[in-house]
Amino acid sequence: MARRANPLIALAGAAAIIAVALVTLVPVATLWINSDRLLGRSAEFEVSAADIAALRFTLLQAFLSAAISVVLAVPVARAIFRRKFFGRELLISVLGAPFLLPVIVAVIGLLAVWGRSGWISAVLISAGYERISIYGLSGVLLAHVFFNLPLATRIILQAWSRIPAEHFRLAEQIGMSPSDQFRHLEWPMLRSVAPGAFLLIALICASSFAVVLALGGGPRATTLELAIFEAIRFDFDLGRAASLALVQFAIGVAFAVVVLAGNREIGFGGGIQLNFENWSKNRTWAIAIDAFAIGSLIAFVGLPLLAIFLEGVGKLPTLPPETWPALINSISIAMLSTAVSVFLGLALSVRIASLSRFPGRAVEIFSMLALSASPLVIGTGLFLLLQPFVSPFNLALPVTALVNSAMSMPLIVRILLPACRRTVEVYGPLVDSLGIRGWSAIRLVYWPSLRSPAGFSAGIAAALSMGDLGVVALFAPPEFATLPLVVYRLMGAYRTDQAEGAALLLVMASFALFFAFDRGGRLGHHA
Amino acid sequence: MKKFLISAVACVVAQTGGAFAGGQTLTVYTYDSFVSDWGPGPQIEAAFERSCACDLKFVAAGDGAAVLSRILLEGERTEADIVLGLDTNLTAAARKSGLFAPHGQEPKGLTLPIEWNDEYFLPYDWGYFAFVYDNTRLPEAPGSFKELVEEYPDLSIVIQDPRSSTPGLGLVLWMKMVHGDRAASAWSALDSKIVTVTKGWSEAYSMFLDGEADMVLSYTTSPAYHAIAEGDSSKKAAIFADGNYLQVEVAGKLTSTENGDLADKFLAFMLADEFQSIIPTTNWMYPAALDRNSLPQEFAELPVPEIALLYEDFEAEALRKDAIAEWRDALTR
Amino acid sequence: MDITLDRLFLRIGGFELRANCRLESNRAFALIGPSGEGKTTLLQAIAGFLSPVSGRIEFGGRDFTNIRPSERPTTILFQEHNLFPHVSVYNNAALGVRTDLRLSKVQRHHVISVLDRVGLSGLRDRMPGELSGGQRQRVALARALLRSQPVLLLDEPFAALGPGLRKEMLDLVAEIRAEYIITLVMVTHEPADALRIADYTLLICKGRVSPPSDTQEFFAHPSVELKSYLGL
Repeated sequence: MARRANPLIALAGAAAIIAVALVTLVPVATLWINSDRLLGRSAEFEVSAADIAALRFTLLQAFLSAAISVVLAVPVARAIFRRKFFGRELLISVLGAPFLLPVIVAVIGLLAVWGRSGWISAVLISAGYERISIYGLSGVLLAHVFFNLPLATRIILQAWSRIPAEHFRLAEQIGMSPSDQFRHLEWPMLRSVAPGAFLLIALICASSFAVVLALGGGPRATTLELAIFEAIRFDFDLGRAASLALVQFAIGVAFAVVVLAGNREIGFGGGIQLNFENWSKNRTWAIAIDAFAIGSLIAFVGLPLLAIFLEGVGKLPTLPPETWPALINSISIAMLSTAVSVFLGLALSVRIASLSRFPGRAVEIFSMLALSASPLVIGTGLFLLLQPFVSPFNLALPVTALVNSAMSMPLIVRILLPACRRTVEVYGPLVDSLGIRGWSAIRLVYWPSLRSPAGFSAGIAAALSMGDLGVVALFAPPEFATLPLVVYRLMGAYRTDQAEGAALLLVMASFALFFAFDRGGRLGHHA
Repeated sequence: MKKFLISAVACVVAQTGGAFAGGQTLTVYTYDSFVSDWGPGPQIEAAFERSCACDLKFVAAGDGAAVLSRILLEGERTEADIVLGLDTNLTAAARKSGLFAPHGQEPKGLTLPIEWNDEYFLPYDWGYFAFVYDNTRLPEAPGSFKELVEEYPDLSIVIQDPRSSTPGLGLVLWMKMVHGDRAASAWSALDSKIVTVTKGWSEAYSMFLDGEADMVLSYTTSPAYHAIAEGDSSKKAAIFADGNYLQVEVAGKLTSTENGDLADKFLAFMLADEFQSIIPTTNWMYPAALDRNSLPQEFAELPVPEIALLYEDFEAEALRKDAIAEWRDALTR
Repeated sequence: MDITLDRLFLRIGGFELRANCRLESNRAFALIGPSGEGKTTLLQAIAGFLSPVSGRIEFGGRDFTNIRPSERPTTILFQEHNLFPHVSVYNNAALGVRTDLRLSKVQRHHVISVLDRVGLSGLRDRMPGELSGGQRQRVALARALLRSQPVLLLDEPFAALGPGLRKEMLDLVAEIRAEYIITLVMVTHEPADALRIADYTLLICKGRVSPPSDTQEFFAHPSVELKSYLGL
């Protein structure tokens, strides 16, 4: 059912759509128009066997990464949902951490645990077994699950806590067994939220590049993103880059249509969120399963983080002076990006939730496109677009903030939309009948019920922006560096130790921002 | 919170604006690691500004390939006067763009192991690609490319992707030069030793340091870093009897520069001793025009390959696509 | 089945409630008292959603104090949220027979006849959102009957209905109770409701539960507390 739009929300929603277009369609179009600018030879687009192989690998690893992440997230989210244990809130926050790691740092952390000289190999060798080698598809999946399992867990956990407690009370009252409870309550919830989480992760993994290379073991593991990189950096062929970017978008849209078309939101209705004891969790085997799920998660996510901490902590005092202004630059960009992206993301989500089915889905799918956008194409496209008019150096801050916001839009929408749909479902008629308009509708109705997911998405947006390297590179003025840039510079200058220190600083700063936003949103709320 | 944002933004803006103060400004585009606090950038900037009464501004634009694509994107409108940090795999494309002007210098005292007659680009440093290893982990290393390919069955190496990294591209050309028509089968033979292929040098090198592979594609000068900066003499570069491929890093002047004289002055300064003597312990490469006797001791003691391999830049450009396809097909099969 | 509340002591936040009484088998009891005095709390405790601080709850002489709600011989109808909004009327009722919904042919007919019995014939395929408030509570009642537990607890499920509809529902409950032989405990704040179907009435006031008294007697000769509650 379409609802009359709140003008403020409609306006901000439109701005969000424009922002997404600015990082998706506009850069590709700019590349096309300028395709004769560089030295590129091929006016017509040739598809080589290697491109097909890259495409196939891209789809395969994205599908598997997303499927594994989402499937594993279900028991983990359920365990966290129904257990109260020491450090639970901290664990929920830490779940944001892998996602915000810069790629190179994450690879170092993962290899410290899973590598040929990693902890697991060390244990195996001392026990008389062979060392393990993860390079290949398994390494790619390992890394992608490491990044995205926590994200999937958070999204599903949030959905779990949206099932009104009254439903669990009723299930207990009529004596549903755990499996029936799963079938009648949890499965419908999962059916409505898991496809979105799957899509999100599949799209993130489909445009992955450095991780795929580092752990993929060679050119067998090649994604389209690498082909785009090669086209721009070594072939100087903007037309080919634009074509490949379009293919990448097409994949994104195809994924989105397939996944979201059959996806129905489940109307669980409202509830007063009363507190009561959930009995089904007290069986011994249920406790064992939950303990195993939570324990495995902590080990899987925690060990690489611990490795990063151990490698970096001793080197913090040796950081060069350039680190500190870079830290401030990164934080400034992150704050600005976060403010913009949460504002636009909230507006867009509320807007989508109030649109009728078809246009709502169309806008939702369009907003997901930003995930399929190559940072290099965005940077190059916007650079070509703006550079004739303004010195790019003067635009570093606004462009980076805009691009970061738009890039995090799919995540924010994914996180906020289910909550928005529910708010519109439950309170929409009340808002309409009371004639609550404009800002007060947001403040009184949407914000209170969206605060917790908005805090989480703000945390994600801030952390993503902190770790971003892609776009700022082309616009960064002289003597301007962000912290990830410093990490790479130090590595490029052999200063691996300092780089590990700076990387730890980056991780801690990102995490601090993430934690502040995420906790801020959850204070006084459940999960 | 609002206040913090504003002051943070102000801080960024202030930084942006500050660089434009002063008299004549020379803008040099270069790669990232050059401008790091540990890189040559800060010392070179200070040294040149002492002699020129001008403002030398380094703009870091990613790696060498990113610097070139940045210039190609900007075309005539570029703010750069000089581009520093291309290598001979990129110079053919750069020349073809018509954006570079002849350097007009008569370079004297070049210490490259090859002749240099490029009228557009001047070398400032160079090095041999080599597989670097740790002799506490790998007591005996291959003595030639052929040995690397055909012997040492348990050896593990990590290399860079030629589609995203200049050392990676160097290795593909090196293989082509040594093995010629048999390059594809040599890649197939080497396949089982390759642990993984990374996007850039940094990832590969840190994986090597963390013990993921016995050897990493780097430079013969890499051990000098560990010896000088860390007092660690365990890192060695394998010198190949059938030759090591060269990387020569160059700078060029843009036709669109409005500071032609200053740019010429910088190019001359680049080959002077002051600039050249900063290079070894900041960029960890051989300076292009410094007398061997002026090198730091650790550099002077580095073993040197007897055969230096290098394609002319137009040959490299012509071979690149096919050599990469050969590499890819061999390793995909 | 009779219910014994043996020196039961409940606490929620700062609120405390004590009860010590026995509710006879197969009778109807009304719990009456001012709102906020713990009527719902007591019912939740009997159903098992709230653990007492001390004391025991027995059904048919067996101690059920530490038994989970679904294993008690009770069915409770809440004020709201008695149905799953994403499950059809038929399935919502059928959950009372088997929660995995694998019903035999006989069981399916039984569900349909009970739905007919509570006046929902023809609405089986609707979703709860498409029903009126009274119809929704009829579905819940149908499920309660299908569960066929000997104790039925009503936590003002008809409070939101109009006076006519409420009487109709109460009469339906009374009929059903007679048919199915059920011990009924019902929370209400309306003396008329109690008079309509309850054999006995208990007053909850100031943290204490009075023992059950004959309903007609109870209202004919009101105690001091009842007088103050009724505003007499």
